[in-house]
Amino acid sequence: MDWGDRQMKKEKLSYVGKSVKRKDALLKVEGQSRYADDYVFEGMLYAAAVRSPKPRIKILGISGAKAEKIPGYVTLVTCKDIQGVKQWPIVLDDYPFLCEKESKFEGETVALVVAETLRAARQAAKLVRIKYKELPFLTDPLKSLEKKSLKIYGSDNVFSRFIIKKGDAKAAMKKADITVKDEFSTNYQVHGYLETQCAIAVPEPGNLMTVHSTTQCPFYVHDAVAAVLGIGYNKVKIIQTVTGGGFGGKEDVPALVASHAAICAVKTNRPVKLVYDRKEDFISMSKRHPSWSSVSYGAKKNGKITSCIIKYVLDGGAYSTLSPIVLWRGAVHAAGPYKIENILIEAYAVATNKVPSGAFRGFGQPQIVFAQESLIDDLSAKLNIDPMDLRLKNVLVPGAKTSTGQKIEASCGLKETLLAVRKKSDWNKKIKNKKSLGEKVRGMGVSAVYYGVGLGAKGKFLDRAGAYVNVFRDASVNVNVGNTEMGQGALTVLSQIAAETLNAPYKNIRVQEVDTSKVSDSGPTVASRTTLMSGNAIIEASAPLRNRIFSMAKSMLLKKGSKSSGAMTAFQGMFSMGGKKVSFNEVVAECWAKRLKMGEQGWHIAPHTTFDDKNGQGNVYSVYSYNANIAEVEVDKETGVIKPIKMTCAYDVGKIVNPALAEGQAEGGILQGMSWALYENLVYKNGKMLNPNFTDYVLANTNDKPEYDIIFVEKFYDRGPYKAKGMGEVPLIGMAGAIGNAVKNACGIRIKKVPLLPEDVWSRLKNKNKEKVK
Amino acid sequence: MKMEKNNMNKKKSPVFFSLKCVINGEKIERDIDSSVTLLEFLRNDLNLKGVKEGCGEGECGACMIIVNGMAVNSCIMMAIQIHGKNLITIEGLKDKDKLNRIKKSFIDEGAVQCGFCTPGMIISAQALLKKKPKANINDIKEALSGNICRCTGYEKIIGAVKKCAEG
Repeated sequence: MDWGDRQMKKEKLSYVGKSVKRKDALLKVEGQSRYADDYVFEGMLYAAAVRSPKPRIKILGISGAKAEKIPGYVTLVTCKDIQGVKQWPIVLDDYPFLCEKESKFEGETVALVVAETLRAARQAAKLVRIKYKELPFLTDPLKSLEKKSLKIYGSDNVFSRFIIKKGDAKAAMKKADITVKDEFSTNYQVHGYLETQCAIAVPEPGNLMTVHSTTQCPFYVHDAVAAVLGIGYNKVKIIQTVTGGGFGGKEDVPALVASHAAICAVKTNRPVKLVYDRKEDFISMSKRHPSWSSVSYGAKKNGKITSCIIKYVLDGGAYSTLSPIVLWRGAVHAAGPYKIENILIEAYAVATNKVPSGAFRGFGQPQIVFAQESLIDDLSAKLNIDPMDLRLKNVLVPGAKTSTGQKIEASCGLKETLLAVRKKSDWNKKIKNKKSLGEKVRGMGVSAVYYGVGLGAKGKFLDRAGAYVNVFRDASVNVNVGNTEMGQGALTVLSQIAAETLNAPYKNIRVQEVDTSKVSDSGPTVASRTTLMSGNAIIEASAPLRNRIFSMAKSMLLKKGSKSSGAMTAFQGMFSMGGKKVSFNEVVAECWAKRLKMGEQGWHIAPHTTFDDKNGQGNVYSVYSYNANIAEVEVDKETGVIKPIKMTCAYDVGKIVNPALAEGQAEGGILQGMSWALYENLVYKNGKMLNPNFTDYVLANTNDKPEYDIIFVEKFYDRGPYKAKGMGEVPLIGMAGAIGNAVKNACGIRIKKVPLLPEDVWSRLKNKNKEKVK
Repeated sequence: MKMEKNNMNKKKSPVFFSLKCVINGEKIERDIDSSVTLLEFLRNDLNLKGVKEGCGEGECGACMIIVNGMAVNSCIMMAIQIHGKNLITIEGLKDKDKLNRIKKSFIDEGAVQCGFCTPGMIISAQALLKKKPKANINDIKEALSGNICRCTGYEKIIGAVKKCAEG
């Protein structure tokens, strides 16, 4: 089978492109799906973390004397119990599994208590006494960058820095007819996955360890558990349990939770469950990085953007974790999806004594997109050009070059997405005739987004994925993959791809949750890469099976008396030719009768990518997805409250494998982006998180839901499975920018901070009125 | 059924309470530790794992169950408070022998993603439709406003409930 054939030529697709029902929906609605905390093992103990009470301390001693008195107390676990490596291997390896001499943020795990019950473990953990001396600490990333500042990481508090340089941005800025410059900031975002972190480590004789973990990235957990226990990879098995949301929050940190459970399990030689309550999940698990940025654009009078200069700073928190790669994705996309000849981007991820920031849907892009898309609107105002027209004039099209000098290939529908939302939202009419109802004014704003699918040049060595496809004698099919279902619908979409490729009935396919002993390390389930990477791996595994099944079908049809003149068609589990039919089940039975090989492996690697560290130039991603958003909001001038009304959003994510699921990704991403833009406000004071709960950290609920209008512009990607690209993160990225622009359009106020709080809108409006009176 | 112990008191031994109630149509009589929450009791003692803990403080709705017709957060109730009452959890929500119509609608309308909020959502919807069979969109939004979903953007959840309200 060649690539042309697998794209089915003009053949009708059986399952791809259809809204087939989710594979996991029935068990989920019945309350029968088993999440990590739902498992109980014979003899299982419970662990609870002992956490640092202060932003930065020198640890002088740890005493479990009081904790020991709690009935059910089993043991206290400290860094001395670690038999393998002490530092968590991730990117820069600066994060200790358990603190030894110093703790760098409030909430960091210093030790663990193991007990017979969860209550006893938590109660005893509270009674463990950490003897410490408080150390000076940093909370503001801009202060961390100052030369004279206290040093908490390396010689300059910088985890990572990148430069993207093209042309001569400073000279071009001087020559520009019009320039704009401003500073922006964004606050944290908490993932708020409804299922908190949890892992159960089950030791077995012979130094074996199985960990059941709620995770996006079982192979990261595998790396960490093998390292912390100091045992071979082949003695560790990670089984992903049904995962109650991830959004990046279950990318890296589940490895830490699982490692803690594993250390406890080795010490006690019994299964140990470690489950977080919501508060400890808030204070110790990863977050979206707070950001600060300074952005400037220069343009000609006719609207051609000629220059972009950006300084971008991410608050990485106490340890580097994923900050270097989050920063990298943010930096290479920072100038926006525009053709600009002259670029200068400097980006820094900086240490502070707060919870380590990490991956969150969009991965360093939403923060800078808010800044950059806000400023594009301000540029359009200064140029007196409609913001939609300004974007249409400058956006990336096939053949144009990005800020890293990468030439955009054929699968690029950014212009089409902008045109689609302009038409669908009635932009031209509404933007001129703004609605105003007393104190309530309406406005609309646009944003344009591009998103490099997959891990790109900085993650290319992890950008591979495997699959094992096994066709049983009864024609049921088992598929093992290395990427996870976390709610987005991977099990369903990958089943569709397997069914399509094998011409098996959809119901015959079972894609399993990841077990690291079944498939080779397939990298993380991040970067909107699962459909693309695991999808292609399934197609590659299925290719030889398909050949066997299809030729067996043909010979069976010929035996049945079919005339071979016509081509055989394969549709939804049925093969037909010359008026005769044979089913997938019959064909598979015959393959088995002939002792054909019915299990195969696939391995897909991402196309080559490049990045030059000196100037930030290169073909950084193998393909991009594109998106345009129009937000309509209503601002109450009396209170400053912003009410989201309608979001019209168009996406080019290649072929849509399952429209209903894709819509679900869009709606969920839009709301999550909107919730960050308007409501979610994590408050730190002197290194202490003040609102680590859903009462004081507010997430959007049903009453906040806007109207959604979702459009898909399918620009096929030839190297994608059935021409698909990647979708998951795209919908969130541009929401804050579009909403900020809509607020500006509604009431003339530019808010340069996320979240856009009512008090800020209100006070700015008040000042504006005062200025008017004067 | 696997029991998980809940004794926590340092010196005092736990105070036991003879609980009688009806859960999912089944009479339950048990001596329980009076300090356990309803959520702990349902999950650990009765193995009703469809009742989820999302926040432990009554903010997210993942642990919702129906007590005497009302949807309540089981994480902020004590188990002893259900004495003499009638409970329905997600496991017990059935239309005779068939799949409950709200559950079916959630599947058909694509209202399920990670699934962790799903049982609580369905419970809230059930309590609403029992009281108000022809609930409108605003009724639905209001009734589900105590249930957080971080995946779906609520559109398909509200749509799934609306479909049952009309039908």
